[in-house]
Amino acid sequence: MNLNIILQYVFSGITVGSIYAVIAIGFNIIYNTTGIINFAQGEFVMLGGMIAFSFCKVMPLYLAIILAVIITGIIGSLLELIFIRHLKKPSVLQMIVITIGLSIILREIALHVWDEQVRALPFFTGNETSSVNILGANISPQVLWVIGITSLIVIGLTLFFKYTIIGQAMRACSENRNAAGLCGINTKAMVNISFILSAGIGALAGCVVSPLTQTTYDMGTDLAIKGFTVAILGGLGNSSAAVAAGIILGLIEAFSVSIFPSAFQDVITIGILLTILFIRPQGIFRSKQFAALKEF
Amino acid sequence: MMLKIRSLDAGYSNLKVLKRISMHVKAGEIVTIIGANGSGKSTLLHAVSGIIKGKSGEIIFKDKQINNYTAEKIVYLGCSLIPEGRQLFPAMTVKENLVLGGYILKSKNKKINLEEEIKKIYTLFPRLEERKNQLSGTLSGGEQQMLAIGRALMSRPDFIMMDEPSIGLAPLVVKEIFKTVVSLRKDGKTILLVEQNAKAALKIADRGYVMETGNIILEGTSEELLNNHDVQRAYLGKDYKNIAER
Repeated sequence: MNLNIILQYVFSGITVGSIYAVIAIGFNIIYNTTGIINFAQGEFVMLGGMIAFSFCKVMPLYLAIILAVIITGIIGSLLELIFIRHLKKPSVLQMIVITIGLSIILREIALHVWDEQVRALPFFTGNETSSVNILGANISPQVLWVIGITSLIVIGLTLFFKYTIIGQAMRACSENRNAAGLCGINTKAMVNISFILSAGIGALAGCVVSPLTQTTYDMGTDLAIKGFTVAILGGLGNSSAAVAAGIILGLIEAFSVSIFPSAFQDVITIGILLTILFIRPQGIFRSKQFAALKEF
Repeated sequence: MMLKIRSLDAGYSNLKVLKRISMHVKAGEIVTIIGANGSGKSTLLHAVSGIIKGKSGEIIFKDKQINNYTAEKIVYLGCSLIPEGRQLFPAMTVKENLVLGGYILKSKNKKINLEEEIKKIYTLFPRLEERKNQLSGTLSGGEQQMLAIGRALMSRPDFIMMDEPSIGLAPLVVKEIFKTVVSLRKDGKTILLVEQNAKAALKIADRGYVMETGNIILEGTSEELLNNHDVQRAYLGKDYKNIAER
């Protein structure tokens, strides 16, 4: 393997890895404020790509993407309002069944609205054949878009949770929901905002990646499993670790192609997920004591 | 009248803890509730602060019936609970904890400068200023209790309920906390203090209630309670002999 090919693998690994990371962050945001895993997270990514695809025929691409993010955010908010909010003390199992059910419903709706065709948004700059030369490797400019936008999402979220009062209030909910209520924080609204946020960033990820990986109605499950693996790998709820874990998984997947047939990519992901769950269920970046304090 | 409770029944799901509780707190008073473990003191505070809902009876705060209010809404009315075990946000800094305490000021008035409010808390507890960038989970027990009080004060409440503020603290720190309680009253706050340390609580309180198995079995001024033989025996650690000899 020469340097060029290695670089090529590295870039494609970082690209898919950063998408996995964004999905994992979506999992983490909802997990942090509610303690539940939203298995419909992958569907938000699909919806983002699909909605933007429908809109971009009638308006400029950037507007279509903004609209797709907003609409998916609203869908996330509605899902919480209709299916999650009125549950009193739901058990973990209940929540898993509900969110998997939601993901199936969203997928079926998408099948009826957009049919089974494979779609893709146009490349943000250039087209399929244009490429940028970085250190001898030929990279699609879309790869840079993906890396750029996902880094922006990560930085933006970090600032949001650190410096805005709403972000701080959401963190307070995740640390101690009762005490947050006693501070006058409307905990239900914070849960709703967490659904809007994770749906929104999921949709944005779905838009930037669409030109490279295409969008199909059933892409969500696959992505949800990858994102979930990354979230577990980094330690549930830990968003900066999710970025590292996402890139690690992306790189492993990319390089595995040179050893195993590419059909085995998913096997590798699931293998990693199972190994982590058996050996270090608290994630690779976390201490056992911390994990012991969490519910699951 | 700050708080008035009329024959309140409350509990957790199927467990009935409070049985026909009636009590009141007037503005400017320090009132204490004493009682053994499991007598329902904390449950009563949870019911007033909206964490649990009463099954029957009335809770009236500042002439408003608040039975069905959510915990957030009750904070808005100016009623703040400092829960047992402080319940801080451990992985957030001291300052962030205080900022969140002022959350309702911020949502009432977007332009408010929380820094000034925080400064007031720092003058009350200078120790918190020294530790403002430290994670609150790493503070000592006394500092955590100060932070819990500071966080509750940030919402500018008129009525503060404290659940076992002295629990697990060294005697000197307990003294400091109780001093703070007295100084809060001087600032015009009304305080409902739940304590197992009955002696210390009755010393600073105007009136007190004694709870046992979900009932209020005795009420009176602090002096009356301090001199009551049953209270002395059960809660102040004096045995029969001493009482008889006097």
